Amino acid sequence: MVKEFERAGFPIVQMANLIPVAKSIGSNRIVPTISIPYPLGDPGTDKEQQWKLRYHRVGVALEALTTDAKEQTVFKVKI
Amino acid sequence: MAKAILYLNQFFGQIGGEDKADVGSSIHEGLIGPAMELDKHLDAEITHTVICGDNFMGSNTEEAINTILGFLEGKQFDIFLAGPAFQAGRYGIACGHICKAVKDKFNVPVVTSMHEENPGVEMFKKDIYIMKGGNSAAKMRQDIKSMASLANKLIRKETILEAAQEGYYSRGVRHQVWRDDKKPAADRVVEMLIKKVNGEPYETELPVPKMDRVSIAPPIADLSKANIALVTSGGIVPVDNPDRIQSASATRWGRYNTEGTDDLQKGDYKTIHAGYDPAAADDDPDRVAPVDALKAYEKEGIIGRLHKYFYSTVGTGTTQAEAARMAKEMIPHLKEDNVDGIILTST
Repeated sequence: MVKEFERAGFPIVQMANLIPVAKSIGSNRIVPTISIPYPLGDPGTDKEQQWKLRYHRVGVALEALTTDAKEQTVFKVKI
Repeated sequence: MAKAILYLNQFFGQIGGEDKADVGSSIHEGLIGPAMELDKHLDAEITHTVICGDNFMGSNTEEAINTILGFLEGKQFDIFLAGPAFQAGRYGIACGHICKAVKDKFNVPVVTSMHEENPGVEMFKKDIYIMKGGNSAAKMRQDIKSMASLANKLIRKETILEAAQEGYYSRGVRHQVWRDDKKPAADRVVEMLIKKVNGEPYETELPVPKMDRVSIAPPIADLSKANIALVTSGGIVPVDNPDRIQSASATRWGRYNTEGTDDLQKGDYKTIHAGYDPAAADDDPDRVAPVDALKAYEKEGIIGRLHKYFYSTVGTGTTQAEAARMAKEMIPHLKEDNVDGIILTST
């Protein structure tokens, strides 16, 4: 799906837990998530922490869309 | 008699389904699940079964591999097998990781089996023998037989023939061979050329692998004016699943209007994805489709706006061809609203 969107000219960022898979299918902008069943908010932590993490990682994804990536890039997250 | 060890995930290892996918690695004496069938066809005794949850292996790969290598230390085995993994992506990758690690450390032959659309094939076919397998567990017996037949040859140290003859994915290894027809390359290439010129079918001796790479789309110049769309393969839908998107091997998708909502409420939305434990996503769908965070960025003026629909399908067992088709169907809607960039979340 990522490739079809990008082929159509849309800059796209994939938020994924399995980075090697995202890389092997040809995603060019990748932001890591924390797990498969809960990519953006660990139910074992409090609501506030989950929100901070989600807000931060979505922010990184938005930044990624403005980044002039020259090669396949996995963007760094802080939380 | 030769000895073998088999790797399975939590499901085939009979620990449990998606709710147990986080379970760490363990080793058991004797035969569990598919090990019983494999043992019948193998010219070796399966002494142990190793089991690890797919999510654990996916998220803590190094730790899982090291623990398993530790289990195997000091054990005698002549061959290591994993799977078959069919079209299960996480399982296939897990089989690839552990087979490669075991081969590198213990220098024993390793064999697994996957369907051609399993991402593990592309990632590991150069490193290990991966037999061409079926797309679901209905092909269990067949896939086990093919794993056993190659494994038996490896155990007996027989010559392994070319990929196509033995049924494994080509590893890209070239061998020097003596042809029965003794026809030199110059003759063969001219014959091939004549056939090509005449429009007749011919078979290349050096297939060039197709790497379908898409060039990187130019970045968004001004995020504060950009229209951002959210797409997910995590199966988040309104609770009544109005588009009847399938829980696995999806061929349908839907788009859902989020105007007037600041976040996806539990009870209004849920996941219908059958490839992961739905508890966390059902409890807060924003964990998979982060509408709340994107709405916040919209309010703060960091993005121009959030495209009023989010798009959803299920990415488990879904073929790449179907996924590509669904994306192509979404594209006209995104273009119509002048979407500038896309965030796609996957599970």
